[in-house]
Amino acid sequence: MKWLLVALMVSATVMADLLQSHEMKQTGEQSVSPGGFARLLQTIARRRMLFLGVMCNAVSFFTFMALVQKEPLSFAVPASAASFVLETVLAKLVLHEHIGVRRTAGALAVLAGVVLVGG
Amino acid sequence: MKPSGALKTWAVLLFFLALKAAGNSWMAWGMKQVPERMSLDPSLYLHAMANPFVALGIIALILSLLTRMALLSLADLSFVLPVTAIGYVVAVFIGRVWLHEAVSSQRWLGALLIFGGALLVGSTARNTTNPPAPEKASKAAAE
Repeated sequence: MKWLLVALMVSATVMADLLQSHEMKQTGEQSVSPGGFARLLQTIARRRMLFLGVMCNAVSFFTFMALVQKEPLSFAVPASAASFVLETVLAKLVLHEHIGVRRTAGALAVLAGVVLVGG
Repeated sequence: MKPSGALKTWAVLLFFLALKAAGNSWMAWGMKQVPERMSLDPSLYLHAMANPFVALGIIALILSLLTRMALLSLADLSFVLPVTAIGYVVAVFIGRVWLHEAVSSQRWLGALLIFGGALLVGSTARNTTNPPAPEKASKAAAE
């Protein structure tokens, strides 16, 4: 059951991040201040795909809530990083980001870390 | 003087990590005090949210979501993912120190690898796809 919850959380996280990354690059640089947060909320309300990304975040969040009640935080949080490799590959293929040797090596180190933490 | 793009990115990243760590910890602490097991019944989630630690955790996590979206406007997804993975290391640390959860040496090694990988990715260019938005670029040129 715990791995089913992890799978649902990872799928929702991947969708959320791809949609949000694509949409936020279109909006220009944002700031973190009360005014900046208010503008971000308006942007979410205006942009349908960004709103969908936030909804995917909500699915991921509620799945996480169920997971942390059953499993220790030190398992639940690192296990959610399983989305990491899938998202890195999709960032290159879908978002056309440049992923060089250092970024790939770093991603592999994080993957190894996730396997150790979740194993 | 406004901070440079790289400095702003790291400042937003630190703010995100602090919010995320606080939110996760408050929520985990609160959820352990909720007697019911979570299921598909939404009323159980609403009941859980009445716990003050869960409510505080939710507020911090919503703010962390908005902060991460701001971070995604500054940097690539393939940059943001590994550098924000430092948060997982913080979570393992908090789980051990504050929530008194057992953390094996294997998990500590995993956390160390996540941290090292995040640092490696953090040394790469933060934005490979998008030049600054036209209005930002013209403002920066004027400063």
